[in-house]
Amino acid sequence: MSTTTLEKPAVSAPKKQKVMLCEGNEAAALAVALARPDMVAVYPITPQSSLVEHVASLIADGKMDADIVDAEGEHSVLSVLQGGALAGARTYTATCGPGLAFMFEPYFRTSGMRLPIVMSIVTRDGITPQCVWGGHQDAMTVREVGWVQIYCETVQEVLDTTVMAFRIAEDHDVMLPVNICLDGNYLSYGTARIELPDQSDVDAFMGTKDVNWHVALDPLKPMAVDPLTGGAGGKGPATFVRYRKSQCRGMQNALGVIEAVHAEWAERFGRSYAPLVEEYRLDDADFAIMTLGSMTGAAKDAVDEAREAGKKVGLIKIKTFSPFPVEALMRALSKVRALGVVDRSVGFRWNCGPMYQEVLGVLYRLARESGTVLPAMSFIGGLAGADITIPHFHRVIDATERLLDGPAPTEPVWLNEND
Amino acid sequence: MYEVRFHGRGGQGSVLASGILAAALVEEGKYAVSIPSFGFERRGAPVVSFLRASERPIRQLTNIYNPDCLICVDPTLTRSVDIFAGLKPGGTLIQATHKPLAELVLPDTVGRVGLCDAVKIALEVFRRPITNTLMLGAFAKTTGVVSLDALKRALEHSDFRDAGLAQNMTALERGYAETTVHQIERRVAA
Repeated sequence: MSTTTLEKPAVSAPKKQKVMLCEGNEAAALAVALARPDMVAVYPITPQSSLVEHVASLIADGKMDADIVDAEGEHSVLSVLQGGALAGARTYTATCGPGLAFMFEPYFRTSGMRLPIVMSIVTRDGITPQCVWGGHQDAMTVREVGWVQIYCETVQEVLDTTVMAFRIAEDHDVMLPVNICLDGNYLSYGTARIELPDQSDVDAFMGTKDVNWHVALDPLKPMAVDPLTGGAGGKGPATFVRYRKSQCRGMQNALGVIEAVHAEWAERFGRSYAPLVEEYRLDDADFAIMTLGSMTGAAKDAVDEAREAGKKVGLIKIKTFSPFPVEALMRALSKVRALGVVDRSVGFRWNCGPMYQEVLGVLYRLARESGTVLPAMSFIGGLAGADITIPHFHRVIDATERLLDGPAPTEPVWLNEND
Repeated sequence: MYEVRFHGRGGQGSVLASGILAAALVEEGKYAVSIPSFGFERRGAPVVSFLRASERPIRQLTNIYNPDCLICVDPTLTRSVDIFAGLKPGGTLIQATHKPLAELVLPDTVGRVGLCDAVKIALEVFRRPITNTLMLGAFAKTTGVVSLDALKRALEHSDFRDAGLAQNMTALERGYAETTVHQIERRVAA
C-alpha cells in the first residue's frame, strides 16, 4: 500500500509571541492595529470607551497607520465608515447600547450594501432602567439585521477573533459586516495574560488587502450606490428579493468561512477555538447547559465540579450567533437528553432568553429527525453587570438534570433574582 | 488558585494596583486575572477590585466572594464597608493603618496580618495620601505570593514615567520594608 503526503500550504513558524497583560478593550484595540485598517471612526460610550481610547493612542503614537474620525455621534461614525468602505478602505469602529441604537439606520444599511465593516460591540444591557453595565441586550436586539455576530469568551479570544473578523468580513463569499461581541465589564475591563502575535505573522495571515472589490467610489468611474429598489411593480419585487437572498447566501457562506479562518489561525498561531459551537465534556453527557460569551469560563468550572460529583453534564457554547449555527448545534444537541440555556439578555415576546428561543427552532428540526423532543428550559442571568458565578451554574446544572425525568418549567429561571 | 480582594476609595488607585499585581504575577510566569468593580466610581467612594492568580489558566471571569487575602489601602474604610465579608478562615489582611494590631477589631477568620502606616509614608513620598503601590509592597512582604523584584518590573512596564516612576519605586520598597507581619494564633475551645 502506498502512502501519499498531502502538501499543506506553507506556513512559516510564527515568531515568538509577546506575553503581556491587558484588558479586553485593549486586546481589541491591539488586534485592530494588527489588522491594519485604513480608517476608524469613533464615539466613546461606556463600557466601550477605553477601547477607542486605546485605538486613538495607538494612532497618535504612530503604532497604527489609520485615519481616525472623531465623529459627533454614532450615526455619523457608521455613515463615515460607509463612505470609507465604498472607497475601498478597511474600516473599524466599536460601540454598544445606546450608541448602537443611535447608529441603527446606517447599521441596517451596512449589511444591505454588503460593506465588510468590522465593529466591536462591547455589550451593554438595555436602558431603561438606566444602567451602564454589561449584558447582551444590545447585540441581541440587532440580531436580525444581517450582520455576522461572534461572541468571545476570554481576553485572548477577543484579540484573536477581532483580527479574524476582517478576513471573514472581506471574504468574497461573505462580504458582510461583522460584530465581535465582548462582554461589557467582565471582558472589557477584565485584565488577563495574553500572547500578542507578531505583526509580520499577522500580515502573512491577512494576505493582500482586497477590500470591497465589488463596488467602489471612484471619481473616474462614477456610479450610483443603493438606488431606490423594490415596490410592487416592474423589476422592483424581484430585484429586492435578489438583494435579500444574496444577503442570506452570504450569511450561510460565512459559516464555512468562519471555520476555515479559525483553522488557519490555529495553524499559524497555535491557538484553537471552536469557530461555531464548542462542545465541552459532551460526548458522554446525559444533559448539557448552553452558554454565550464570558460567562462560559465559570460554567466550565461548574461542569468540572459537577462531573466530580457524578453528574453527567456537558456544555455547549455558541461562539458564532449570527449566522445561527444550526447544523453544528444539531450535532451537539443530538448527544444529550436535556438542555438548559443560559442567556444574558431578555426575550420579551416569548418570556425567555433570546438564545433559548433560537435554539427551540433547532430542537424542532432535531425532533423531526429523531422523533423525540429534547426537554429544555431557559435561564436568564448576568443582566446589567450582575455576576453569573459557579454557584449560579450549579443551580442551572441541577435544574437541567431534573428535566431528564420531570416536567420542563414554562417560565424562565432568573438567576440573580435573589442576589 | 489564590484570590485577592482590594478595598479602597475612588482615586486611591486600588484598581490600578490590582492590575500591577496581576502584571507582576504574569512576569513570574503565573496566570492572573484582574477585574475591577463597576459603576460610576467617584473620588472618595468605596471601590473594590478582584484578582485571581494561579499556576494554570484561569477560566472564571467573575467577582470574588471568598478571598484568601484582603488588601485595604484606606485606613478609614472599615467604618463604612464590611471588608471582611466572605474571607476564608485563616485568611490574610493587608491593612493601611497607623494603629498597632491590638487596637484593630478583627473577625476570627483573619489568620495573618500585614500592617503598614501607608498614609504617613505616602505623604512623605508623594505629598499625597496615595497608598496603592505601598500596599503592594506590604502584600509581597506579608504573603510572599509575589516577589518585590517582579513588582518592580511590573511598575517599570506600567504607565508611570520619570519622577512618578521613581516615587512609586520608593513607595513599593518602603511598603515592603516598613510593614510588620503578625500571625494570629486562635485559642481552640476545649
